[in-house]
Amino acid sequence: MTAVARRARGATSGAGRLAAALLSPTFVVLGLVVGYPLVAALRESVFREGTDLDESGFVVEGSRFVGVDNYTAIFAGESAVRFWNAFGNTTLFTVITVALEVVIGVAMALVMHHAIRWRGIVRASILVPWAVPTAVSALLWRWIFQADGVANSIIGQQILWTTEGWQAKFAVILADVWKTAPFVGLLVLAGLQIIPNDVYEAARVDGASPWRQFWRITLPLVKPALLVAVLFRVLDALRMFDLPFVLIGSRKESVETLSMVAFDEASSLRFGPAAAYATILFVYVAVTALVFVRLLGADVIGAARERARK
Amino acid sequence: MTATHAKATLPRKVLTFAGLGLILLYCLAPFYWMAVSAFRRPSDQFELTALPAPFSLDNLTAVFSPGVGFGRSLLNSLVVAGTTTVLTLIIGVSAAYALARLHFRFKNAVAALIIATSMFPGISLLVPLLALFTDIGWINTYQSMIVPSLSFALPLAVWNLTAFFRQMPEELEQAAMIDGCTRGQAFRKVILPLAAPGIFTTAIITFIAAWNEFIIALSMVNDSTMQTATVAISRFTGAYGFDQPFGTQMAAGVIVTVPLVVVVLLFQRRIIAGLTAGGVK
Repeated sequence: MTAVARRARGATSGAGRLAAALLSPTFVVLGLVVGYPLVAALRESVFREGTDLDESGFVVEGSRFVGVDNYTAIFAGESAVRFWNAFGNTTLFTVITVALEVVIGVAMALVMHHAIRWRGIVRASILVPWAVPTAVSALLWRWIFQADGVANSIIGQQILWTTEGWQAKFAVILADVWKTAPFVGLLVLAGLQIIPNDVYEAARVDGASPWRQFWRITLPLVKPALLVAVLFRVLDALRMFDLPFVLIGSRKESVETLSMVAFDEASSLRFGPAAAYATILFVYVAVTALVFVRLLGADVIGAARERARK
Repeated sequence: MTATHAKATLPRKVLTFAGLGLILLYCLAPFYWMAVSAFRRPSDQFELTALPAPFSLDNLTAVFSPGVGFGRSLLNSLVVAGTTTVLTLIIGVSAAYALARLHFRFKNAVAALIIATSMFPGISLLVPLLALFTDIGWINTYQSMIVPSLSFALPLAVWNLTAFFRQMPEELEQAAMIDGCTRGQAFRKVILPLAAPGIFTTAIITFIAAWNEFIIALSMVNDSTMQTATVAISRFTGAYGFDQPFGTQMAAGVIVTVPLVVVVLLFQRRIIAGLTAGGVK
């Protein structure tokens, strides 16, 4: 049988069965560690733990079905304040860090793309912030931002960075940008490297300024790679936890994110409310991803495949 | 923007070099500060000199002092990250091969689903797993950290491996199959050995992701002998209770990070290829 014939046969139901067999271990595991928890979280979020009085005044223990009470509780009274504050912090951190990371990342990619010498060493050093564990980088920045630390000494101020207030938000944003902007830079650099040089030659012949070349050629052509990077960064920033938790601390109003509220509830063994917070965060992430893909047309799979092919 | 390199003018060269210098400073200065602070004497901890003077290993010895148990934490991290990596590769390699090579319906949907799972917020998965593991007595065990780690490691590995398999010419298997191999044999005897560099790179990326994991280890373990290195460092307590022992923490940070940095520097070309092909952290 010729290779062509075999290949043709490969596209039939036999390939489908083989694919199913090869994919099933991954799907079983993902079903157990991702699928089950998502469903269980939804179920748990309509129960509440603990001792309580029922309508006729009897003491009831264990978990009780409470319907949407855990959700309505989040949007009422004190927890509403906490929730909207965490929601605001999460959104603020996401928007600002991703915006800064894109600007710095693109700048880094452009510099590296132009470099002839030193490129290897710079590309290696750019991996250092990525390799440092987030929890360790949070401690490092906490040390840098000490009252008598190096940050205050450089700017000649006495700011208590890790106390509640705008300065804590600033510290979290700075530490996050430090760690992830180089990563965005790497992805953008990969996008830059596949732009053919002829395009720029043609633009130069037509007399386009470097600035115009950047806006009219570089940015549009690097857009697919950039959009994928931005999507991944946005979804990652929405679940931010380690950095504010270690850098500033838990239950700090200025930096508390949705992940931190859910974690705090879970560690106080209030699994029902924790599951409700976690479910809300999940919906927020999913909706953001959908809107992003729809509005900006970030073809994640396609873009990745394009790059893989090259 | 991109000048052909021969045409690069002097001011542009200077600008590029300045840019490279800035990137180096940006990426390495904070890391350098961690190393410098680690090698100061505890009594000079708040000095701001660019080099530790005098140089001291006191902080490093403090990290490994018997009361801290940091050696055990490193071992825990190694077990958790190592097992996660091995499991992930065993499970993920066949899925990646199917996605890279076979033609079947719903392929794009399957690929999208796998990558989507890595984007789910960790806490959404952790809350129910924490309740479940409490019930079945898994708290303070390795498996309580390894199993949830698969949720982010497996999609990451499948994604990376798929990209590597796609880069290999399909003629390789076809030739093997003409020579009488089954598809399975062609995969085991031809593809797998040739894909070894890709698998190795995926292993490094997965291992680093699992080694750096924090929130799972923080939630699943409350026994200090079972905690991983990242959690242990964040929980170091000072000799005087409320003083944060930054010197010791920076030294521990150096210990946790330097092996990763060395691996990253050795294999940077491969890792960058893997990261940009996968497009995932």
